[in-house]
Amino acid sequence: MIPLHGRAAWIGYGVVALAILFIVGPTAWIFLNSIKYQIAIYSGAWVFEPTLDNYIDVLFSRRSDLVHNLWNSFVVAGLSTVAVLVVGSLGAYGVHRWFRSRLFAKLLMGWVLIFHMIPVITLVGPWYLFFQSLGLYNTLLALVLTHITINLPMTMWIMLTYFNEVPTELREAATIDGCGDFTTFRRIILPLVGPGLVSSGILSFVFSWNEFAIALNLTARDTATVPVAIARFAQQFEIQHAQMAASSMIAIVPALLLMVFGQRFIVRGLTTGAVK
Amino acid sequence: MKDDFLNRTFRHWSMWPCLAFLLVLSVYPVLQLVPMALSTIKITGEGTFWTYSPRRNLDLLLGDAVLRDAVVNTLVFVVLSVAIEMVLGFFAALFIACMPRGRNFARTVMILPILLPAVAIGSMWKLMFNYDFGLFNQMVGVIGLDPINWLGDTRWALLSVVIVDVWHWTPFVFLILFASIETLPQDVLEAGRVDGATAWQMISLIILPLLGPALAVAALFRAIVAFKAFDQVYLLTSGGPGTSTELLSLHLNRVFFEQNQLGYGAMLSLTIIAVIVATLAVGKWSASQIERKRMGQ
Repeated sequence: MIPLHGRAAWIGYGVVALAILFIVGPTAWIFLNSIKYQIAIYSGAWVFEPTLDNYIDVLFSRRSDLVHNLWNSFVVAGLSTVAVLVVGSLGAYGVHRWFRSRLFAKLLMGWVLIFHMIPVITLVGPWYLFFQSLGLYNTLLALVLTHITINLPMTMWIMLTYFNEVPTELREAATIDGCGDFTTFRRIILPLVGPGLVSSGILSFVFSWNEFAIALNLTARDTATVPVAIARFAQQFEIQHAQMAASSMIAIVPALLLMVFGQRFIVRGLTTGAVK
Repeated sequence: MKDDFLNRTFRHWSMWPCLAFLLVLSVYPVLQLVPMALSTIKITGEGTFWTYSPRRNLDLLLGDAVLRDAVVNTLVFVVLSVAIEMVLGFFAALFIACMPRGRNFARTVMILPILLPAVAIGSMWKLMFNYDFGLFNQMVGVIGLDPINWLGDTRWALLSVVIVDVWHWTPFVFLILFASIETLPQDVLEAGRVDGATAWQMISLIILPLLGPALAVAALFRAIVAFKAFDQVYLLTSGGPGTSTELLSLHLNRVFFEQNQLGYGAMLSLTIIAVIVATLAVGKWSASQIERKRMGQ
């Protein structure tokens, strides 16, 4: 693009500053509220005595289970991310390598698209009956399995784009040198699509960490994840504003870390396919 | 060689895990919706009891007064939030792309809302919208107006929910448009400037037409996700006051898990899926028609 100069540049900076304020403002305001005493929140004070009481309360008090919820979220997001990377990259490679123009692949990817467009709540009902009949209702395993499934479409799309970018000559050279199909995939292709794995891994982790609709209905108290715990603070007879603010701030920590350290991969993952 | 067996069979099993997940956890549940939709399902301590009752569920579907509100609310929500996000996202992308410095910093900050848990966003904005001490009413007070009951007033609730969605997803539109603005052909822009095009002419005659596909993709992606919206709205209003923010997902959740009507919920789910598939088919068909017309010229 053509960079602005002179007065236009200052107006541009002004607009951009406003946009950034619009994005950061709410988060900063909630952070301020999370370090206020309840009384300061209710008076809407701007000058107040900071405190860590709300954090201590949500993390360590008897009424709250947040440490346990954090652990659950971490286990579910971690396991489902690793699994979706394995399942998704194998599947995408199969489509890319052997089924590219076959009816089977078209049906598969068509179904993946439909599945991605269906509101997840439509499937939570059958999932509930399914896991109940298997005795998996209210287990972390059920949550892991469903999170793998909902993150599969995105992972397959991202990995397909990356597989398509690998030059065919590399694969042919490996075959001529005596590499079998699996060895070629492991030693030649996978290292080349590393950035794709990082992109889909980060996004799968974040989406699983954030997922609410399934966790709300397939878990009970001891398997609840962080979003479910936050919702509980907001839904109790008396809304616990201070606890809500503090637990929200804790819940966004992984997102903040990934934003700072993985932004290149996140941007690439979110815009893959859209730009071309 | 150790990998010999894997090598020989790789092409046969590489798809299996992914097929297994899709078949067991997406195809099977959708098929399972059919018998569910024809039954009344009671869950008691002793087990799950199914009674065949297709008429009852159909009657419930046709007589569901809330459903009509939910459809209207969902349409208003999708159209309004996607439209606002497209406009704001486009101008944010344009201005940030024109900045001589600091583009990377701006982009990093802008992706923040996309990554946050929607539930945390919901609870953050619930505080912001609070009648007594929320940031919005503090600002309204500074201007000298009466405080507004953002989430509790039927006239404002849906708009408030849209505002939150705009905060959450404008950055996504920005990201997609920013990525394609960065790859616009420099010589065309330069030519436009040399020929003395005004800023407005540059935007409407050069940039917007070149961005056509990216705009379509951004709008499509956003419409899909907006249609599925659930988390924040559940936190903010749970569909209230009355039915003023009841979206399809919320209504479905209520039918399934608050009224425990698994049968009728399945009927409703099948209807929604059928509408989505029909929309996709029509969209694909009209796209191919347009393509054929273009080829014919």
